Amino acid sequence: MTPFHQRTTSYALRVAAIALAMGAAGCASSKQSGSQAPTPARASADSARAVPGPGALSTPNADPFPSTYKPFASRPTLIKNVTIFTAAGPRIENGAILMRDGKIVAVAKSADDQAITQAISGGNPLIIDGKGKFVTPGIVDVHSHMGVYSAPGVEANSDGNEATSPATPEVWAEHSVWPQDPQFPRGLAGGVTTMQILPGSANLFGGRGVVLKVVPSRTVQGMKFPGAKYGLKMACGENPKRVYGERGGPSTRMGNVAGYREQWIKAEEYRRKWDKWNKDREGPPPNRDLAMETLAEVLRGNILVQNHCYRADEMAQMIDIAHEFGYKIRAFHHGVEAYKIADLLAKEGIGAAVWADWGAFKMEALDAVRPNLALLDKAGVKAMIHSDDPSGDQRLNQEVAKAMAAGRAAGIDISEEEAVKWMTINPAWALDLDSKIGSLEAGKNADVVLWSGDPFSVYTHTEKVWVDGALLYDRSDPAEHWRTDFDLGFVPEQTTGGSK
Amino acid sequence: MSLTVPALGAQTVAITGGKVYPVSGPPIENGTVLIRDGKIVAVGSNVTVPQGAQRVDASGKWVTPGLVNSATSLGLVEVGFGADANESRARTDDQIAAAFKSWEGINPHSVYLRPASEDGITTAVTLPSGGLIAGQAAMLDVLTASTQTGMLVKAPVAMFGQLGNAQAAGAGARAQVVGKLRRLLDDTKYYAAHKAEFDRGASRELSADRADLEAMIPVVEGRLALIISAERASDIRTALDIAKEYGLKIIIGGGAEAWMVADELAAAKVPVLTGAMNNIPYSFSQLGSRQDNAALLRKAGVDVGLIGNAGGGDEELFNVRNIRYEAGNAVAYGMSWDDALRAITLSPAQMFGVADKVGSLRPGTEANVVVWDGDPFEFATRATQVFIRGQLQTGPSRQDLLVQRYLNLPPKY
Repeated sequence: MTPFHQRTTSYALRVAAIALAMGAAGCASSKQSGSQAPTPARASADSARAVPGPGALSTPNADPFPSTYKPFASRPTLIKNVTIFTAAGPRIENGAILMRDGKIVAVAKSADDQAITQAISGGNPLIIDGKGKFVTPGIVDVHSHMGVYSAPGVEANSDGNEATSPATPEVWAEHSVWPQDPQFPRGLAGGVTTMQILPGSANLFGGRGVVLKVVPSRTVQGMKFPGAKYGLKMACGENPKRVYGERGGPSTRMGNVAGYREQWIKAEEYRRKWDKWNKDREGPPPNRDLAMETLAEVLRGNILVQNHCYRADEMAQMIDIAHEFGYKIRAFHHGVEAYKIADLLAKEGIGAAVWADWGAFKMEALDAVRPNLALLDKAGVKAMIHSDDPSGDQRLNQEVAKAMAAGRAAGIDISEEEAVKWMTINPAWALDLDSKIGSLEAGKNADVVLWSGDPFSVYTHTEKVWVDGALLYDRSDPAEHWRTDFDLGFVPEQTTGGSK
Repeated sequence: MSLTVPALGAQTVAITGGKVYPVSGPPIENGTVLIRDGKIVAVGSNVTVPQGAQRVDASGKWVTPGLVNSATSLGLVEVGFGADANESRARTDDQIAAAFKSWEGINPHSVYLRPASEDGITTAVTLPSGGLIAGQAAMLDVLTASTQTGMLVKAPVAMFGQLGNAQAAGAGARAQVVGKLRRLLDDTKYYAAHKAEFDRGASRELSADRADLEAMIPVVEGRLALIISAERASDIRTALDIAKEYGLKIIIGGGAEAWMVADELAAAKVPVLTGAMNNIPYSFSQLGSRQDNAALLRKAGVDVGLIGNAGGGDEELFNVRNIRYEAGNAVAYGMSWDDALRAITLSPAQMFGVADKVGSLRPGTEANVVVWDGDPFEFATRATQVFIRGQLQTGPSRQDLLVQRYLNLPPKY
């Protein structure tokens, strides 16, 4: 542990503690096995045609914990005289953007643009003069553990790794998420409007991740991004073998790979069985298995693989495994060596979610370089920043600024317009949500950040953040800042006055 | 400012035309910094550049002292874990490693030295870790081709301990940590006064090894600073009480809730090493964590050294270089720009008693000088020239070599 960290540090480092702590913990696995799944109990003459309860069936795109999110109240809002990074084209100086009913109505070169004047005629929009200020899309963080590793980082809040077995595709991160994690409002105040919350990387298969709106809610269902696909967290390399090396394995990288393949073989059999039954509906349904169900959904293309992997050579092997079993890897996460195989990632259409400058904290992070994002972008890879850290999450604009500067220093001509994509439309793509969020275009969700200046300056603050057109963070109005239940009483009020 | 310029040597360098921030005095437009034999010999707007001096044109650029990062593990760690490359932690039974001179294990060829100097970090405090008393810290210049003794600015510069983390201190509760620290201080005083009895085996039972007690003597005599890592306001008050009671010279490290104790810190003239990017209640000791902590401390008159401790990626090693962004964020949260620069240059130099050597641009100090192509706190700014002890730092870092190799794919090897 580093000298001034009296905390359990970022997730990437936290797995070391798991390895130490789990040995004596004697955690018994209480997984539901497939054989214990409820059998359809509907005795009738036509039993083969009986309709069992949904819990008995393995149905593609089933949604047993549906989103209850509804956009917050909003009023039509026009920001004018503002510099706009749309993430969908060149910057617009002195431009204007109009939001209404949760959507972006128009993005124009001027508030006098016909699309805007017509849209607001007769209405009473809130008009914000953005002189000297900047607007970007809401930031998308594809790798967060907020809610599953909540603050304070006490053992009771450690819900991110089901470190009882190297393959736990049956667990869902949303069932660990604590909506009152005080880290959520701090992320929103940093301009982050969408987050993917992932299980940790102790396991080869860590479970399902969930995409959340960064909004106050009593339940996780109230934060879930409507219609977003699930992610499957997979992890390569040091973490699984460190955690399981002395607990039955895998203890080597080759053990890791055998572990993935064994599960995919079972998953393919499960998928076939259920696809046949779902089509024919003949005979009693096969046993349901939560673990295999998630993997089968990956094989059907309904769940996106989000693969923690540092080393280039291991990413290449993960790509071969995906080919062997016929699934796609949506993005490699952490990818400190992604730059070494940028050509391969571009060819495969796999995204790379990386830090600006984390490295050296373990052997597989040894070859981190700051121009990673720029090198990936140059090669045509969908490149994106991610945080993996509740502090970094609040400053993804600064992380991108560092990565852009490093790219330029290495001689790669990265424009600010391109760099903005690393924290907006590209991560939105990694979640298959790029048709709804990630850029400022008419018809898209009005997830918008107003910055006090150039978002790539260290001195710039987040001023206002809208989610689906609703103003949910306003730096100038501390009394209205979202404070979680935990914040009340525990955290001095003045300390939550705003993030960047 | 000195205007007399003695005869030349091959080692004479004149940095001219830049906006010079000596930190020890007001900024100088179109200033000159004159370096000879590794020392600064003149700083001002009317410095005569000797004939034959090597000139560095800093027109349109910013010139500052080399930056000081006061919380690093440079030279002690090469890889966080999973490798036999961590020299930062002594093994003890009692969690007291006062005799641990961490710098004796420094790797002067660490691959993280050059990335730090590339970004204008010329000086670093390298800290041991763990326990109640982690050991002794050293200050070193971030030289890439030196020796473990050659790079030292001063060793030790401080003893490093903590309050508030019972588990690390081998205790069950924070009050027991306080008790352990008091007992160590008491035993050190006893030992210092009864060495002869100790040698005869006639001493009372003492709570630490002889070498550790010996190492603690300069601390109890107020000659060596004790950095006390403490986050909760109550722990900081306890540290202030103990310092007063025993006559210690202390520095608070971490200090998440130091803003709550700002007036008391200022009155006791106790400086704080803290960051400007923390606002998460990571533990019940850090519930009052806030990003303007450092700025509030300055406003109250507390001397602040900025460190990277937000808990992200390797602020102490891989990203020792990022200390300038900590300063930029401190400004964004209310610290004056001048104070922020001071907090990563002269303030730590003063805290650690080396202001005669590093931390400012003054005649007689080491020529640790950085030329920047803009505001050093901004992401887009680069250090164009970095001098350590008068030597221009050159050559690629290991990270640069990797980028060169993979800039165009496939690589040659």
